[in-house]
Amino acid sequence: MIDMIISILLGSLTAMVPIVLTSTGAVVSERAGVVNIGYEGILLMSALFGAMFAEMSGSPWIGLLGGAFVGMLLGMLHGAITVYMKGDHIIPGIGINILALGVVAFGITAIWGTAGQHQVPSNIRIQPIINTPYGGLSPMVLITFVIVFLTHWVLFRTPLGLRIRAVGENPEAADALGVNVERYRFLATVYGATLAGLGGAYLSVDWLGVVTKEISSGRGFIALANMVFSGWNPIRALIGGFIFGFFDNLSVWVRTNPAISQVVPWQFVATLPYIVTIIIVAGIIGKVRPPKWDGRPYKRE
Amino acid sequence: MKADRSMISSFIKPIMESLIAVAIGVLIGAIVLKFSGYSPIKAYVALVKGAVGSAYGWSMTLSAATPIILTALTFAISARTGIFNIGAEGTVYFGAIAAIVFTNMFANPIWGLIGGIMAGILWALPAALLKVYRGVHEVISTIMLNWIAFFTALYLVLGPLANPNDPNKTLEVPASARLPLLMRGSELSLAFIIAIAAAIITYYILWHTVLGFELRASGYNERAARYGGINPKKAIIWSFLIGGIMSGIAGATEVMGRPPSYAISQGMANIYGYGFDGIGVSLVGRNHPIGIIFSGIFFGALKAGATYMQIDAGVPLEMVKVVQGIIVVAVAVPGLWDLVKKVVRR
Repeated sequence: MIDMIISILLGSLTAMVPIVLTSTGAVVSERAGVVNIGYEGILLMSALFGAMFAEMSGSPWIGLLGGAFVGMLLGMLHGAITVYMKGDHIIPGIGINILALGVVAFGITAIWGTAGQHQVPSNIRIQPIINTPYGGLSPMVLITFVIVFLTHWVLFRTPLGLRIRAVGENPEAADALGVNVERYRFLATVYGATLAGLGGAYLSVDWLGVVTKEISSGRGFIALANMVFSGWNPIRALIGGFIFGFFDNLSVWVRTNPAISQVVPWQFVATLPYIVTIIIVAGIIGKVRPPKWDGRPYKRE
Repeated sequence: MKADRSMISSFIKPIMESLIAVAIGVLIGAIVLKFSGYSPIKAYVALVKGAVGSAYGWSMTLSAATPIILTALTFAISARTGIFNIGAEGTVYFGAIAAIVFTNMFANPIWGLIGGIMAGILWALPAALLKVYRGVHEVISTIMLNWIAFFTALYLVLGPLANPNDPNKTLEVPASARLPLLMRGSELSLAFIIAIAAAIITYYILWHTVLGFELRASGYNERAARYGGINPKKAIIWSFLIGGIMSGIAGATEVMGRPPSYAISQGMANIYGYGFDGIGVSLVGRNHPIGIIFSGIFFGALKAGATYMQIDAGVPLEMVKVVQGIIVVAVAVPGLWDLVKKVVRR
């Protein structure tokens, strides 16, 4: 019994990393007023390029940084379109998601010469810091905790955080007080995308050790759901991420457990994280409030 | 005179912006090809030749355009109502499955289409109701429903619908329920005509009926629409339902009118991805049903030509998806036409 609990706990912690990182980034971005639904695509492309950088350099840590870098670039693209060119906030995200489907499918073939799937060699994957017979714990879990608490502290306890929240809540007032609305919105967008990039690289060079067209499996959108669940609060996103990570991991665990998979087809268990997401979001709405200028371009009068 | 001119420019501008986006996609695609060690010219020549260089090429282009015109209509209707329904992907699966089940029960193409339509309505309802009654953002709900549909469909394809005689696909649509071909030996069937008709009907609904006016009014300005006596909730539900019907038909016609398989292939490869392609088609077609016909044929040509590009120029056919993605990102850049004019004038 205790070994099962440890194994589920470790699995949930492992599965929560990409969701929590992306949610935390999304919280910052939306607190500043920029909606980005392109995180799914950022996760995908960072998983691809993260693995590529890791294999080129021989170091998984370079792979993680490379993934974050790809996320940063995509965040700059989204920020340029939404913040500086005052474009729609949803459509660029859709574009990045569609672009990612092509880039990853083409990239796997162009980089490794295989179709559809690439296995990342085990010697360039992040090694767990704690190893138990029931599973390991990646150092990325600890790093995720640190990032979440730091982000929370900056967002709610520093002048920088106050400005970020101000440009998303009331950009007119912030502008009148001399805060550069566009700069803070842009930086928040880039920060959010960078964290998602880190989470994407984690998928390929750490947790799953593989690059496929489906590697992100909707986690970019689950992270957005988790952001809503958190009420745009990083620490609550950490807790929500654990819940989502639990179900994400549960479906994998059941799939590999013959006693259960013989009774219930694995495909039904695989739908669990998505059903839970819908139920949680449907239940939480009305109890949380998004930032007032979320998703609205700010133009000076 | 002046009014005429601004009308013409409001008609020309979106077309120019889409064409510029396409040009950007092709150009950046060429750079990616170059850096990946392929010859861009060779690749594009093979692509164009394959897609539109022969009558057969054209038939492949049009048959590839068929499902993505329909899924694009799903997105366009929602966009005109002010929402982002990206649930076409999952609806296509159930449209195809329903068509297989219904045609195996009744052996008649009409029943296949009815099955697709019913599946489309049923699978559109959850997201519509969640949006209207619980305020769940449709982007989150439709993506989650896509994944639920994916795994559920996978179960049905591998399990109850598995073909006892052929492990590579599901039960077939019986011969009497297949859509007639428009050209012998091709993949082009009546499905293409159905897609064009669907686009025209959508245009008619949106711009020539009261319902269409209500959809567009609540999409343009929800508060003003409500003030004018329009119920935005009703508009949203209708927009989801009509959209669902289009994607349901897309799935049905794929299995009823696309030789040689007339079934869902293993891993659902022949019905996968149309929902996402459709979003790109709709955006490039400026969310307008007539624009969608043209952009659908363009994206169809990319798909049809990709195979030839792979054979003749050795370029992985996924390359066209990269081009497609760049085009969609470029479309998202506001005021592309003004931007280009500014640069040209300088």
